[in-house]
Amino acid sequence: MSDLGIRESSVEGGLGQSPLRPDGIAKSEGAYEFSSDLSADNMLIGKTLRSPHQHARIVSINTAPALAISGVHRIITADDVPGKPTYGLISSDQPVFAADVVRYIGEPIAAVVADDEEICARAIDAIEVTYEVLSALADARLAKDPSAPSIHPDGNVIREQNVITGDIGVVGDVIVEDHYSIGMQDQAFLGLESALAIPDEDGAGVECHVATQWLHEDLGQVAACLDLPESAVRLVLGGVGGAFGGREDLSLQVHVCLLALATGRPVKMHYSRSESFLGHVHRHPAEIWMRHHATSDGMLLKIEAEFVFDGGAYASTSSAVLVNAVTHAQGPYRCENAAVKGIAVRTNNLPCGAMRGFGVVQACFAHERQMDLLAQACGLDPLEIRRRNAMSTGDRLITGQVVESVAPVSEIIEGLSRMPFPEGAGDTEKHPYELPGGAGNTTRPDDVVRGIGYGLSIKNLMYSEAFDDYSTARCQLRNGIVTLKFATAEVGQGFITIAPQIARSTLGLEEVELEVIDTNVGSAGSTSASRQTWMSGGAVEAACLRVRELVYQHVATAEGTDPLVYTIDGTELVNTSTGGRRPMNEVVVGLEFDEEVEYRHRPTVPLDENGQGDCHTAFAFVGHRAVVDVDIELGLVRVVEISTVQDVGRALNPLSVTGQIEGGIAQGLGLALMEEIIQRDGRIMNPSFTDYLIPTIADMPPVIAELIEIPDPQAPMGAKGVGEPPTISSTPAVIAAIQDAMNTAYGSAPHLRRVPLQPSDVAKTVNVGLGD
Amino acid sequence: MTNIYDERHFELTVNGERRQVVDVYPGESLLTVLRDRLGLTGAKGACEEGECGSCSVLLDGNLVCSCLVLAASATQSSVVTVEGLGGATDMQTAFVECGAIQCGFCTPGLIMAATNLLERSSEPQTDEIREALAGNLCRCTGYGRIVEAVQTVIAQRGQGAA
Ligand code: FES
Ligand code: FES
Repeated sequence: MSDLGIRESSVEGGLGQSPLRPDGIAKSEGAYEFSSDLSADNMLIGKTLRSPHQHARIVSINTAPALAISGVHRIITADDVPGKPTYGLISSDQPVFAADVVRYIGEPIAAVVADDEEICARAIDAIEVTYEVLSALADARLAKDPSAPSIHPDGNVIREQNVITGDIGVVGDVIVEDHYSIGMQDQAFLGLESALAIPDEDGAGVECHVATQWLHEDLGQVAACLDLPESAVRLVLGGVGGAFGGREDLSLQVHVCLLALATGRPVKMHYSRSESFLGHVHRHPAEIWMRHHATSDGMLLKIEAEFVFDGGAYASTSSAVLVNAVTHAQGPYRCENAAVKGIAVRTNNLPCGAMRGFGVVQACFAHERQMDLLAQACGLDPLEIRRRNAMSTGDRLITGQVVESVAPVSEIIEGLSRMPFPEGAGDTEKHPYELPGGAGNTTRPDDVVRGIGYGLSIKNLMYSEAFDDYSTARCQLRNGIVTLKFATAEVGQGFITIAPQIARSTLGLEEVELEVIDTNVGSAGSTSASRQTWMSGGAVEAACLRVRELVYQHVATAEGTDPLVYTIDGTELVNTSTGGRRPMNEVVVGLEFDEEVEYRHRPTVPLDENGQGDCHTAFAFVGHRAVVDVDIELGLVRVVEISTVQDVGRALNPLSVTGQIEGGIAQGLGLALMEEIIQRDGRIMNPSFTDYLIPTIADMPPVIAELIEIPDPQAPMGAKGVGEPPTISSTPAVIAAIQDAMNTAYGSAPHLRRVPLQPSDVAKTVNVGLGD
Repeated sequence: MTNIYDERHFELTVNGERRQVVDVYPGESLLTVLRDRLGLTGAKGACEEGECGSCSVLLDGNLVCSCLVLAASATQSSVVTVEGLGGATDMQTAFVECGAIQCGFCTPGLIMAATNLLERSSEPQTDEIREALAGNLCRCTGYGRIVEAVQTVIAQRGQGAA
C-alpha cells in the first residue's frame, strides 16, 4: 500500500519538485553515450540483407561471392540460428531470418559481418538469392475473409475480439455513423536502432549493449534463439534515443549476438533511417466503422463498431492492440449498450505493433469524430455533448469493468471550457511565419479561417488481460548513501530522475546513486503502457520503504521503543511520541541494508468471448482543445495553440510531466496532419525524413497545460502514468478544429474521417462547389 | 584537384586542434570522420541526408549539417563540434535546467544551432527562434522547453549586459 502521508517533504530533490536529469549535463555536452556511440577494440560491423519482395519463396541463397570479398568475416542465415528459429512478443511467429518464405519487403534473410560498413554493403550486394515470387496479400479486409489465401500455416487472423453488452436491440432517436481510417504512423525516434555485442572470452556467452524498452523480454527471446541459458546472456541498456513503442520488439538483437559469437569478436550493428523504417513495427493502420445511438438530448444509448487492424506480416503485439481498441471504443463516456467487433489480421505489409497510445489512438479518433457528429445532430455544442455523457469513477465500462480509478472527466471538460482563446482570429496582418504554409508565403491572409475543436480520451495504464506485470527494484543503504538498482529502460522519459526523488522523499536522504541499467537484477517490465512511474516507481518506493522500516527497527531497538513511533519529515527522523528529531544522515551512520522488491499491480483477467471481464488495471483521462488557422483554398493548416487538461494523479516531477505532455501532443499533431508511411505493393515510398514528415519546431504551437492532481488511491504515491494520453486525443482535436473552420467557411462541409489529413480533404470542398 | 591519396589522408582542424585523418574512404562525410575516425561522437546521425540537424557543427562559424559536408573538403576550415564549446555554456545549462532534454539525441545539434542563432542575432523573437531551429528535429519534447531554454539564455544575457 502506498504511503500518501508525509510527502510534500522539504528534501532537496524530493517528490513534487523538478530536479535536474542526472544525464542532462552529459547529454548537453555530447558526452552521453548512445548505443550508436559505443565501440570496442577489434570491433567488426554487421549488416542485414533484407527481402526485396512482399511475398516470395526463397529458392536458394548463395553467399560464396560475398564471402570471397576481402574483409568479410562471416555470413549467417536461418541455418545458423542454433536455437529457436522465431521470436515475437505475444506469439512467436517472426523468423530470426526468413528460411523458406519472405512475407514483407524488408524481412531479414541474412547478416554479414565485415571489417567496416563499406565492405558490409558490398557483401550484401554480392549475396545471390533466388526467389519464386508469390502473390501478395496486401489488404487487411481481404485477408480476414476465410476464403483468402493464408500467408501463415495457422491462417491470417491474429485475433478476433468482440465486446457485446446490454440491450443491443436499442434504437436511438438520433443515430450517427461513419467509416474512419488511420494511416500507418512511425515512432520516428531520432536515435536509430543499434547494438554492440561482445562475446565472452570462452565463447560461452555474450554481452549485448542495446537501445531497447524491455531488457528482460529481449533477454528471454535472444537467449532462446541463441540456444543459451539466460545466465550466459547479459543485456545492458545502451543509451536510448527515444522509443515510443518501436523498441518493444526485437530488431537486431539476435543478429548482432549471433555475429559476435560466430566471429569471437565484438560486433556492432546500426540501422540507417531508411532501414529503421523496415526494422521496427509501426502503428497499425485501421479501418473503423462506428454507429452511435443517442436520445434526442444527446445521451448515449448504444455504440456499434467494427475495427479491422492490419497487423502486417507478423503478429507482434497486435492482439493486445486490438483489445485496447475494442475496449476503449466508448471513450470517456457512459454507455450501457454496445456491439463492438474487432479483428486483427496478418498481411504482406510491414509488421505493426506498439506505438504510444497502443490501439486507443485509433479508437479515439473514431469515437471523437462520432461525438462531434452527434453534437451536430442533437444541436449541441461539442463540449456540451461530452459533458452530458462524461464518465466518472464507479461507472461501468462496456466490458463490465467498473472504473475504480479517479475519473475526473467532468473536471477536464470544465477546465477546457475555462481556457481563454488565443488572439489573432481573422487578423489579416499576420507575418508569414504565422500563416498556414509558413515562411513560404503561400497563403493569402484572407483565405484563412480559424477553427476550434476538442478531443477527450480514456487510456488504460499498465498491462492487461492477466499478464503477470511486475517490476523489480533494489535499494541499498551504505555509508549514508542510497543506491538504487533496476532494469527499467530509460528511453528519455525521465525515470532516472524520479527514482532518486522517490528514494529521497521516502528515506529523507539526499544522496542517491543509480547503478547501471542491465539484467543483473529482476525484470522491470517494459517502458511502455504509461507504466514505469507506477510500476518501477512502485518498486523503488517499496524497496525504500523496506529499508526505512529496517532503519526504524534499528533505532527503536537502540532507544528501547516501538518502531511505529517513527516517521520521516523532510530529512529528519521524528519520534512522534517524544517529538524528538534527528537528521537522517546521522541516524544511518554505520547502517547497511539491502532490499529487493517485486512490485505487482492488482491482477486482471482475460476477456471472455463477449469481451466482458476486468481486463485492465487502471485508467487515465485527458482532454485537448486545438485552435487552428486553415487556408481553406489550399488546404494548409497551422495549429495556433493546443490546450490540454490532463488527469495525472500527482505530478511527481512537474517539469517531466510537462515534457511528456508537449512531446505527446507533437506526435498526435503529427498523426493528424502529416505522418504516414505510404506503401505501394508493400514498398515504403517515403522511408526518409525528407518524405516522412514529423513536426518541426515551426509546426508546434504553444501548449497550455493544466494538470488535475487528484492522487489515485491505487497508484503508488498517487501518480498515474502520463506518457500516452497526450498523444491520443490531440489528434481528433486538431481534426475537429479543421472541421470547424471548414464548417465556418461553407456552412457545412464533408465530415473528415481520415488521418493524416491531406490538403485535398479541405481544398476539394471548394472544388465540389460547397465553397463560394 | 586532389588525388585519391589526398582524399584518404588529410588533416582537419577540429575544436582548435590539428587532427590527422587516415585511411578514410573517398567521399566520407565530415560526420562519419568526426564520429568514426576521430572519436568525437557528440554530433549524432539520425538521417544522414540533411533533414534532422542532429549532426550540426560549425564550419568556419557557419552552422552546417556535417552529414552533408565531404570531410576532405574541410581541410582548410575550422570545425567546432559540441565537444568544442567548452562545456557548461549558458545554453547547455539552460537546456538542462529548462527540461529541454529528454532522450537527448537531438540535443547536441540543437545546442549548436541555438548557440549559432544567438551569435547572429542577440534578441530573436519567438517566431525567429522557431524559424531558425526548424532544421533540427526533436521527437521527444514537442519543442516547448527548447524554446523556453533559448528564451532563458536571451533574458540572462540581456540582464548581464544591462
Ligand atoms: S544526420 Fe545530418 S541532418 Fe540528419
Ligand atoms: S530529446 Fe529525444 S529527440 Fe529531442
